Amino acid sequence: MGVKQLGIVGQSVKRRDGIGHVTGQTQYVDDVFYTGMLWLKMVRSPISRGIIHGIDASKAEAFPGVVAVVTAKDVPNNWYTILCLIGVEPNDEPVLAHEEVMYMGEPICAIVAETEAIAAEAAALVKLDIEELPPVLDMEFAISPDAPVIKKWGNNTFMYDGYNHRKLRFGDFEKAIQQADHVIEGDYSLSPIEHAPIETHCCVVKPEPDGRLTVHSNTQALYFTMDNTAIILQVPSQRLHMIGGTVGGGFGGKVDVITEPITCIAAMKTGRPVKWRWTREEEMRKSSTRAGVKMHYTDGVMNDGRIIARKVRSLEDAGAYHRHSPYGVQKHMANLPGPYTIPNVWVDAYCVYTNRQPSSAMRGFGVTEATFAVECQMERIARTIGMDSWEIRLINAYRNGQMRPVRKVVEDATLIETIQAAAELIGYELPAHLKAMSSDDYGGKGGHHG
Amino acid sequence: MAKHYGRGIAAVNYPTGMNLGGDPTQALIFCQPTGGFSVKLASTDLGQGLKTVIAQIAAEALGVPFDSVIVDTGDTDSAPHCMGTFASRATHRVGNAVIMAANEARKALLDVAAEEMEAAPEDLVLENGEIYVKGAPERKTNVFNVALAAHFKHGKTISGRGIYLKQKSGLDPETGACDPDSTEAHATTVAEVEVDDETGEVKVLRLASAYEVGRQINPEMVKGQIVSGAVMGMSHALMETVFPYYPALDHHTYSFGEYIIPTALDIPEIESVVLEYPSSNGPYGVKGVGEMTANSPIPAIVNAIYDAVGVWVTDLPVTPEKVLRALEERSLETH
Amino acid sequence: MESITVTFKLNGKTTAVAIEPLESLRTVLREHLHLHATKAGCGQGGCGSCTVLVNDEPVLSCLMLAALADGQEVTTLEGIGTPPHMHPLQTAFFDRFAAQCGYCSPGMIMAAKALLDKNPHPTRAEIAEALAGNLCRCTGYVAILDAIEDVVTQMQEA
Repeated sequence: MGVKQLGIVGQSVKRRDGIGHVTGQTQYVDDVFYTGMLWLKMVRSPISRGIIHGIDASKAEAFPGVVAVVTAKDVPNNWYTILCLIGVEPNDEPVLAHEEVMYMGEPICAIVAETEAIAAEAAALVKLDIEELPPVLDMEFAISPDAPVIKKWGNNTFMYDGYNHRKLRFGDFEKAIQQADHVIEGDYSLSPIEHAPIETHCCVVKPEPDGRLTVHSNTQALYFTMDNTAIILQVPSQRLHMIGGTVGGGFGGKVDVITEPITCIAAMKTGRPVKWRWTREEEMRKSSTRAGVKMHYTDGVMNDGRIIARKVRSLEDAGAYHRHSPYGVQKHMANLPGPYTIPNVWVDAYCVYTNRQPSSAMRGFGVTEATFAVECQMERIARTIGMDSWEIRLINAYRNGQMRPVRKVVEDATLIETIQAAAELIGYELPAHLKAMSSDDYGGKGGHHG
Repeated sequence: MAKHYGRGIAAVNYPTGMNLGGDPTQALIFCQPTGGFSVKLASTDLGQGLKTVIAQIAAEALGVPFDSVIVDTGDTDSAPHCMGTFASRATHRVGNAVIMAANEARKALLDVAAEEMEAAPEDLVLENGEIYVKGAPERKTNVFNVALAAHFKHGKTISGRGIYLKQKSGLDPETGACDPDSTEAHATTVAEVEVDDETGEVKVLRLASAYEVGRQINPEMVKGQIVSGAVMGMSHALMETVFPYYPALDHHTYSFGEYIIPTALDIPEIESVVLEYPSSNGPYGVKGVGEMTANSPIPAIVNAIYDAVGVWVTDLPVTPEKVLRALEERSLETH
Repeated sequence: MESITVTFKLNGKTTAVAIEPLESLRTVLREHLHLHATKAGCGQGGCGSCTVLVNDEPVLSCLMLAALADGQEVTTLEGIGTPPHMHPLQTAFFDRFAAQCGYCSPGMIMAAKALLDKNPHPTRAEIAEALAGNLCRCTGYVAILDAIEDVVTQMQEA
């Protein structure tokens, strides 16, 4: 292949943190303890949708060992819109709910106590007066005219430049589908899943004598977490000193800035170090999931196997709030046509809100879902028109120099080479004309490897 | 009633970096008086091995021994901005920033060395911490001596600043036209399964994959991602959901007692080959590999189930219940 | 509740500690004695990351009352090896890249040690069976099984 040999790059040197890991000496956030450290537990909504009429924390406040109760009025800027830094608006998620609840498990108030057990016991004493409303859980229902509108801007989808979905338009789908020898449709869906890192969310905040806060965090993104926390606290970012960089598994589940702002507020309010670590049940039932997604494909295919038209409608279940979903749907949209050259493409991708725990980033965000649908659809096409599974992919695979539906010219393509290598790996002999194919066999341009 | 064998394939691509770009990362490097190099990053290692591969990239770019490079991650007081570890971006973005910083530090080092050696900096070769004049290997010194001289004789800093930013692309709301990625990695997975038509259970026998990742910085760690993804993808395909009756909330999981992920008893035979076609913009040609490894197994397994028993179960996870219902539906159709 | 004192042999040393009667062994190890190698992954007995040995048997320390450890012998990861004198299992996990994020590693190694102490020559299937209560979300287990097999091979050769 002619890849230049380098020195230390390309060698399987041992992990720098490996000995710490295998001897248990690596320090994770939950291993941080300070003298006088308090513990935090969250009071959460027991229902999926409702109007808050009252929060009575008096019994919890009076409980021996409780040091503070943190409610919405303690949060200087009670908006949790982590993508505000890249222009996603409007604000839609309170840090602590005070007017309405939008999902089962939504944070309402935090109990800060001398021990974790006391905090948990006191949290159970908070009396919530919430008027229950029927939840919207199904995406198709959510975007139908019959659904109650759960978002303040007047519908149940994210609005992209005035549209209730992201569009991808390339060529002329309607014309091409008329000319196809076969019209092949498929439905694909995924249920929400949990990241399930073995280390749960954890944050420890220590107020320093100079007024700064030392924040031990297992976030995947320290500056992103620092800046979003500062916006919520309404303090300059320089007041925060983020320490992290060692994470017990993330998989996209630890970019939500979900523990740091409240733990900081608790530390500021009490003047003492505070730890908030999530239970496994909170990870499962309250932390962001991968989104549930439903996709419908309509493909126009010729007898020789060429896909000439592809239309996709996709609904992605953001749950109750934005989190990272408006971004994820855009990434999803760009990947829904798949790594194939299809001259006529039509995609509508919706970011839909429901009364479910918010979804957010997870390993493969938006792409995993698209890839699953595309590759099952490719197989369905092969089976429908009676073509070999390898051939259908190889003849349609994008080549360097071709135009993708997002109107970026393909470069760095090696789909064909991996298909050929996989066939070889399992000892499957591809016919000569398929073996001869290459990602650089289109017009002789675009490729930088031959 | 029988067990049916099936084989399915899936070929996938995966974008490197945040969709549309606009996600910078910075690095600072400074040289200590005795020639150690400290790389200051606010990046995070989730277990994929960033701390190690960045040390490899820095040592390669600086031309110094691996052990003389210290990588300090995870402190916003001591290191400049990093967007974070996600979107298969860390090795690509951080690696590029580190190479840029290393080039600046290396140049500062060689300028001092040139003065010390009375040679032109462009005539100097720096390899594994040793410095010599091109064509005259007897005229030599090393990083230790030059670093000491820089600090205590010349009053010069040996340090470097690096940043990598893919400018944020616009997106046309009418057509979706945009530049979504820095590069694309690719993979093909072949899944072999056994489907029990009596219980609906699917056993994955084998996942064999070819991955193209640009350039491997640390092949064992690339393999670590491939095996990791194979198992997570299998799990996603067959086992996982927090809402077993989605969109209903019933039986919402709350522990590993109901939320089933694979154990050491559940893993199939996993094989892989790795191809290297260096990308034009990655550090030494890197493409992101962290996320994609969990993608290709999913459709490969679903396609293998179709191959085995002739039914499409395209609502994940493919539980035994769904397989049995699909088989029953088909038998009703054919009778 | 009144605190009570439990006394047990911890990593070879007799240790007395005042605890709340309902505290788990894991809480006592991590939060009273500050031995942090034993990890807290779920508190439900579902992940195995808190595995320690009690009288050489693997135990989920999140589910065991610390009071029941009174008079027993408790071994944590700290007790089997520290750099530079690592246990062969620790060395093998390091050499085989069997720890990625590292959070499950202490529990995995303790479960493996419990197996090898009883059965020095297990098959790969027996190793997998012994680790079935220990979840890892990063590695896909292959490197972990390879590491333990390496130790089995070393013991056979020794």
